[in-house]
Amino acid sequence: MQGVAPCRVFDQKRNRTLAEIVAGLCTSHVPLLGRVIDGGRTDEPYWQPIFKGYEPVKKWLAEVKPDVMIVIYNDHANGFSFKYTPTFAIGCADEFNPADEGAGARHVPVVPGHARLAWHITESLVLDQFDMTIMNEMDVDHGLTVPLSLVCGQPEVWPCKVIPICVNVIQYPQPTAARCYALGKAIRKAVKSFDEDLKVVIVGTGGMSHQIHGARSGLINQEFDNAFLDKLTTSPAELAQISHAEYVREVGAEGAEIIMWLTMRGALDDEVDVLHRFYHVPAMNTAVGNIVMQNAKSQKITA
Amino acid sequence: MTKPADAFDDIPGTVLFDGEKLRQGYQLNKFLSSLVEADNRKTFKSNQAEYLTKFTMSEQQRDAVLKRDWPGMLELGGNIFCMTKLAILDGTPFQQVNAIMSGMSMKEYEDMMNAGGRPMQGIRSKKESNIG
Ligand SMILES: [Fe+2]
Repeated sequence: MQGVAPCRVFDQKRNRTLAEIVAGLCTSHVPLLGRVIDGGRTDEPYWQPIFKGYEPVKKWLAEVKPDVMIVIYNDHANGFSFKYTPTFAIGCADEFNPADEGAGARHVPVVPGHARLAWHITESLVLDQFDMTIMNEMDVDHGLTVPLSLVCGQPEVWPCKVIPICVNVIQYPQPTAARCYALGKAIRKAVKSFDEDLKVVIVGTGGMSHQIHGARSGLINQEFDNAFLDKLTTSPAELAQISHAEYVREVGAEGAEIIMWLTMRGALDDEVDVLHRFYHVPAMNTAVGNIVMQNAKSQKITA
Repeated sequence: MTKPADAFDDIPGTVLFDGEKLRQGYQLNKFLSSLVEADNRKTFKSNQAEYLTKFTMSEQQRDAVLKRDWPGMLELGGNIFCMTKLAILDGTPFQQVNAIMSGMSMKEYEDMMNAGGRPMQGIRSKKESNIG
């Protein structure tokens, strides 16, 4: 995937480039990886193979230089308590603070929002039958900040604006895989109708297989994870038809959050090119994976 | 409808955090979640039993917290992500919590994870499982 960057659509009629989702990536959001990065321990033999698997993603993202990343993640009872559980929430604020998850907040930059695009997406989604919860203040936990660290490293400020979209995948009833996939399609439509020249990358987070409670603690399912990565590329609609119970059975109660990857996939074309794919077992309790893709039709530029 | 579809009932060794669990564990989880604030952590550490009286949880739940009975908390409606706050406060590695919950020693659990995790054989369905 050396030097490949997506090319933007030029609107002849309006004589300008439109806002567009140019590519997507998905990654696990294991909290411990954040602690390893923050503690400067990424070169330790146990962790090094994992961070090596993120180097191409970091390099690619630095070349693409998105204006905005839309990050699909879930909160783990940090930014939200169980007092409220929005099924889908969107961050419409100018910035979001890293959440205190029990040991003080991570020392990472404040996450800058893009309020104008977020409000536009919200309006488009709600009119498109996705009844979003609008968040004007929200702390973001490892579900969002660990992916940022994994793909952006440790900058003084985050290199682009971020629109957090938080999905309830910790309390039943949860949205289905099919609904998460459809949300991606609706987000794509929303971004396309935004009246500003912006390069957007969409990010799905969570997974891969893991369970961290009960007698099935430690579950890892490499076969399912790899098949998921295959089908995410070729036949995501098939993955969208899988029930919650089957996800829980195959990738664990906590690993079932992988349905958030389908939102990223829904925002891209049916035909995609995979630019990078990585899978590693284990990061303590979890299978770690990432994948980078872009629409097959988009022109590739050698940077 | 607070109970998810019956298909879940066939999955062994797994607690579905549904409406019933939410209601059962509400005060317990409210306590656990309160530990995301530094002041609350300080107050809790200075007198654990007294801090717990602020939450109208059951005697059993209170006991499970004070004894750090992780399987007990889970059984009594504890949410696993809320429970991480207490483990972090104690400095207990979460793998240890997972080892206890699955009836293994820390060493056995670590070895299992380093060998690629808990194998899927026998843990998909209660029909083929011996882990309950
Ligand atoms: Fe998560």
